[in-house]
Amino acid sequence: MLAASGGVVRRKRFDRLFVVLGMLVLIAALAVLLALFTDLVRQGAARLNPDFLTSFASRRPAQAGILAAWVGTSLIMLVTACVAVPVGVAAAIHLEEYAPKNWLTAIIEINVTNLAGVPSIIYGLLALGLFVYEFGLGQSILAAGLTLALLILPIVIVATREALRAVPRTIREAAYALGATRWEVTAHHVLPYSMGGVLTGMIIGLSRAIGETAPIITIGALSFIAFLPTPPFTGEFPFLSFAWLGDPFTAMPIQMFNWVSRPDPAFRVNAAAAGAILLGMTLLMNGLAIWLRHRLRKTFQW
Amino acid sequence: MIEALLLLAGLVAVFTTLSIVWILVTEALPFFRRVPLGDFLTDTMWTPLFAEPRYGILPLLAGTLVTTAVALTVAIPAGTIIAIHLSEFASRRLREVVKPALEMLGAVPTVVYGYFALAIVTPFLQKLIPGLPGFNMLSAGLVIGIMIVPYVASVSEDAMRAVPTHMREGSYAMGATRLQTALRVVVPGALSGMAAAYILGISRAVGETMVVAVAAGLQPNLTWDPTESAATITSFIVQVTLGDLPHDSIGYQSIFAAGLVLLIVTLAFNVAGFLLARRFREAY
Amino acid sequence: MLTSAVKARVSGLGFWYGNVRALHGLDMEIRDRKVTALIGPSGCGKSTFLRCFNRMHDLTPHTRYEGSIRLYPDDIDLVAKAVDPIEVRMRIGMVFQKPNPFPKSIFENVAYGLRVRGARSRALIEEQVEKALRDAALWDEVKDRLHGPGLSLSGGQQQRLCIARALATDPEMLLFDEPTSALDPIATARIEELITALRERVTVLIVTHNMQQAARVSDFTAFMYLGELVEFDATSKLFTNPGRKATEDYITGRYG
Repeated sequence: MLAASGGVVRRKRFDRLFVVLGMLVLIAALAVLLALFTDLVRQGAARLNPDFLTSFASRRPAQAGILAAWVGTSLIMLVTACVAVPVGVAAAIHLEEYAPKNWLTAIIEINVTNLAGVPSIIYGLLALGLFVYEFGLGQSILAAGLTLALLILPIVIVATREALRAVPRTIREAAYALGATRWEVTAHHVLPYSMGGVLTGMIIGLSRAIGETAPIITIGALSFIAFLPTPPFTGEFPFLSFAWLGDPFTAMPIQMFNWVSRPDPAFRVNAAAAGAILLGMTLLMNGLAIWLRHRLRKTFQW
Repeated sequence: MIEALLLLAGLVAVFTTLSIVWILVTEALPFFRRVPLGDFLTDTMWTPLFAEPRYGILPLLAGTLVTTAVALTVAIPAGTIIAIHLSEFASRRLREVVKPALEMLGAVPTVVYGYFALAIVTPFLQKLIPGLPGFNMLSAGLVIGIMIVPYVASVSEDAMRAVPTHMREGSYAMGATRLQTALRVVVPGALSGMAAAYILGISRAVGETMVVAVAAGLQPNLTWDPTESAATITSFIVQVTLGDLPHDSIGYQSIFAAGLVLLIVTLAFNVAGFLLARRFREAY
Repeated sequence: MLTSAVKARVSGLGFWYGNVRALHGLDMEIRDRKVTALIGPSGCGKSTFLRCFNRMHDLTPHTRYEGSIRLYPDDIDLVAKAVDPIEVRMRIGMVFQKPNPFPKSIFENVAYGLRVRGARSRALIEEQVEKALRDAALWDEVKDRLHGPGLSLSGGQQQRLCIARALATDPEMLLFDEPTSALDPIATARIEELITALRERVTVLIVTHNMQQAARVSDFTAFMYLGELVEFDATSKLFTNPGRKATEDYITGRYG
């Protein structure tokens, strides 16, 4: 008597309706991404040419370019990567391979989790108070690079920990059984085997940093810069110069923000062109990370 | 030696947190010496850069709350539907295509989303709502919502997938359909994990800066109407730092006071989300 | 004893996971209101066979059935594509290896099947829940805390709760997939008593790795090996006078 009143046909209709609804929402979300990218390319088409990459910003929209911006972004990313990757990987190794289970470890863990949720503009205020004024770094490439390094540190740590954790315990035990020390086990086995995961985390972290605008606006990045930082290579001994670290700068997202917020619609075109390049770069980096992760899953079958 | 270096690297996270708190508190202290906390919390005007400055955080809080609320009306339903779909309905093939695509959606730089809100969404909304100003919280909120959909979806999906398979089998064996199993067994089982996803999503919406700075307008405005323009805590900080304020002016100090409020609000949400997520992990 | 009516007839039943063949042309008859046990070494396909009866395999992609399981008296083929797996599951209940109550109250666990079927009447639901809990010999233990969480019960009680959940919708047939393998001996004894009592009203098919259990609770036993049905007979005969060498080796512990 109960089985007969089950209304299977009606219940399955709800199932199908939900599938349709789910697909619609998914398609809508992904359509946004597609629409956004095509709109940027279409609007910015007029400025998407080599001149755009080799010109400085200008008051005349049709002559303005992103030379200072992309050079600035590249140098900042260099600083960010050089700081965030070693510190992040070291912190992850500490937490995963060395840390004893005590209150200090618990405090570090809580801090990493918490920092991942701190809004990026707060990092900007930290950098303004600490790097720019307390440490006297000024509104420099170094200050911006360090700020973004702190910002992506949790991303690098979490990704590295996941990669380290994926190495099975039997591998560690095998190395210990041959007389290796803890550091040897880590440096010869665990870390090399998880390099792919570490790399993925680094790329995702940098792709986040490259698009971050709020924290570097906060430290006071100038948006009208018509010169390049000091070149890192010189003609005389020692051939390398680090003077660029202290130079003022602008960056891709800052340049875009500057153009978006101008009332003159001609600058909108520049903003769209800069946006297309910026979005293209982040999507490329993320695509690379996704591809890498996919490949790793196939090559490593523990 | 190596161990000490590794520990030091781990401690960077602790130093960062301590520095954030220290900088915000020490820079905001002089502000609160000049502005009584009562005025700060109850005054309905925020005009620190005017000749006769007023320092009431309420207009900025209202702007933040309105944009966040608009964002949630997009992100929670869409994120939940996508999560249920991916976890309970989609084939593995579809998941493998959709999840990276969603990840890409979440990776779009926020300033690009700002452009999206200002140059695409607002003109579209102006066709639907005549008289909508060029800067408005509705458009900014909707775009923030789209921005956090991937985040809400992926955390909720993780929570649903953590519900053990034998629970689902028990339901299917009783003659339940997929939707019945999803709504009556999986969602209740994943509830605290999903709540954590929502709360962490709120925290992101509250802290979002560039979309509101570009598209919501920069005038502090105590209103609950999303079709108006208003500044948020974050966009106020951006606006001040775009100018050139002397280091020890009250305008400079006011952004640290605003930042402190922002930190406290997001921290509260993050802690709540963290506790809920932990309770969820303990349940299974 | 062999004269009881046929509840289900399995003919030429095969089953595939992708390209892997898990069951090879099984033929047997399940008698109405009797307990039929499926025994055999791990990986012999006994659980795979059991899960064909309520089409649980339909939840896994790339699976395929061959042959038929005809359910009487209606004479419908349980594994036919045209037959809706949900219709099948509404008539054939299942109890799993590990007790799997939902994270809901005791009452709601038992009421679940009724609610899924769209039952609204509170009186009817309460009546069915109480009846099912009594039939599952759990009523006296839980009647004072029906709204407490199902997961707060002991393992044996949870398993009886799952049996009550399955009974609440008056199934024609109950499938048990090693229902006591996660339980202690005392809880096991209670479940076995319960299965014996259930024979009065429902056809039972039980998978077990425990031969004593098969001998204690079942009327018929099927011995499976490598996805094939080696021998099927009345339990009393199969355990005392097996027809095949392989069966004898297995039941006397000389297997493998």
